Amino acid sequence: MKTYVIQRLVIALLTLLGMSVVIFSLLRLAPGDIVDILFSTAGYVSPSEKQAIMKELGIDRPYWVQYVDWIRQMLTGDLGKSYRYDQPAWQIVRPLVPVTLELAALSTLFAVLIGVPTGVVSAVRQDTTLDYVLRVFSLAGLAMPAFWLGMVIILGLVTWFGWIPPLSYVSPFQDLKLHAVQFILPALAVGYRSSALIMRITRSSLLEVLREDYIRTAWAKGQTGRVVIWRHALKNALLPVVTVIGIEFAFLIGGLVVTETVFNLPGVARFLVQAILWRDYPIVQNLVMFIAVVVILSNLLVDMLYGVLDPRVRYGS
Amino acid sequence: MAVSRAEIAVAAGARPRPGMWTAIARFARKKPLGAAGGVLMLVMLVTAIFAEVLQTHDPIATAAAATLAGPSADHWLGTDHLGRDIYSRIVHGARVSLVVGVASTLLGSVLGGIIGLLSGYVGGRTDMVTQRILDILQGLPLLVLALVMSAALGPAVHNVIIAISIPIIPRAARVIRSSVLSIREMQYVEAARSLGVRHLRIAFRHILPNTIGSFIVLCTAQLGSAILVEATLSYLGLGVPEPYPSWGRMLSVSAAEYAQKAPHLVLFPGIAISLAVFGSNLLGDALRDTLDPRLRGS
Repeated sequence: MKTYVIQRLVIALLTLLGMSVVIFSLLRLAPGDIVDILFSTAGYVSPSEKQAIMKELGIDRPYWVQYVDWIRQMLTGDLGKSYRYDQPAWQIVRPLVPVTLELAALSTLFAVLIGVPTGVVSAVRQDTTLDYVLRVFSLAGLAMPAFWLGMVIILGLVTWFGWIPPLSYVSPFQDLKLHAVQFILPALAVGYRSSALIMRITRSSLLEVLREDYIRTAWAKGQTGRVVIWRHALKNALLPVVTVIGIEFAFLIGGLVVTETVFNLPGVARFLVQAILWRDYPIVQNLVMFIAVVVILSNLLVDMLYGVLDPRVRYGS
Repeated sequence: MAVSRAEIAVAAGARPRPGMWTAIARFARKKPLGAAGGVLMLVMLVTAIFAEVLQTHDPIATAAAATLAGPSADHWLGTDHLGRDIYSRIVHGARVSLVVGVASTLLGSVLGGIIGLLSGYVGGRTDMVTQRILDILQGLPLLVLALVMSAALGPAVHNVIIAISIPIIPRAARVIRSSVLSIREMQYVEAARSLGVRHLRIAFRHILPNTIGSFIVLCTAQLGSAILVEATLSYLGLGVPEPYPSWGRMLSVSAAEYAQKAPHLVLFPGIAISLAVFGSNLLGDALRDTLDPRLRGS
């Protein structure tokens, strides 16, 4: 177990290092340099002025020096400085992290609460009308853009209840009820989409388990359907579901990017979009790296959970 | 040739292969949901090809006199804040969505497919290194990667296509590689090898054609998410630039602003996106079950 964890940590670190190279080079692919883009709206910039700015931003140095410098900065926890706000990025990002984490956690919760039961029902009632209805319901979740679903939810609330969601972020200490409403709606919009994948994998995994001998034994013992399905079958069907929830996390962040924008929630994902639109590249670079770290850590965590959920899984052999 | 191939086959006692239509009818009977998805995609294709015929107004002509009008006999789905006809814009949007979706899916799948083919065929250390590099690309959320890519490349249709295709590459490479791994061990490949056929020829002439099933499944599965990512990028202002009417951008800030006064501005483009993605997902699922049963449930 211990060697397995160390092995996985080393692989995770190597992957992160690779990601940093990918992110760094992708952003250097941009036609023209950052200064050109920054000043494209300002019209003419004299060459000497441009040179001075490039020197100040440190982008007149060779790429590998810039890269090494960036890595060293990140290792010391320095997220760089924002062009737009002219202050350290970490100061801007830190208050945004809890918002995104809360939204991500709520969305995952909704996704599991919707996805697992519908998947179970769909598998147990395989090929009935109910199964078809639930499958279409979940496929619809995959098809609807989360940001559109969010807009429609807001629109429905405004039209039918005359209720306008708060335009700015409400902290839980200010007004807990309003805060909850503000988070539940976007979490539902994102969670519904993620629930579709969980539902599909629960269904197919449960269908496979239901055909196994020990399930027939359980039926033969005269146990009730509820016990057979929820206690015997689901326990073993959950492993792939956990994997999907882990993979889902990367997917979820994609959903958050636009949903935070639609619902005007001051989270990391919305900030990333703003930084991209403002061409604030040092911030983009660091935020994407931050997302990569979160994704890799969540994958690692899921792999560790395997051993807890399924004692048959042995690490490192 | 005096005797056709079909005649030879019949003479040899083989039953003639069922025609295309019979195959389609059988598919529709066995997979009604998949067939429904196929019909949706067909409708989208026809709309995209005949957009000029189907439009009722010029999709980019503004009309100050008729802004934010609700659905009517003249404007079937109403007009937007600039007085542009929503129905005609959605019809033309189908072309943008389909072109960007299909082009990026094909580009990503072909590049990924070639990488998967070579990586799976060569095997060994090359394969190991390639897989780790793909891991890196796949670790980033699809949308985030596409977002950064399209911002870096700048707003243009071909850049959006490239930005969406890059995240597809590792996914495509995975699928094709796994199917190459099993084909590589087949006897006919061994036979070709023992005849002294060169490696590249084996890979491209003997193995590649047999991955076509996985390839089709892969493409239909990715098409839906490509359309969705295009819509999202355009919504955020990083996708297809003006004047092309894109479904995603029809939903952007301006639509949200007028949503209360004119809900049709928000509803119809979103329904168009959802139906397109829904259709390709349904078709993709059914094709996967039919052509590549090993992938079922994945």
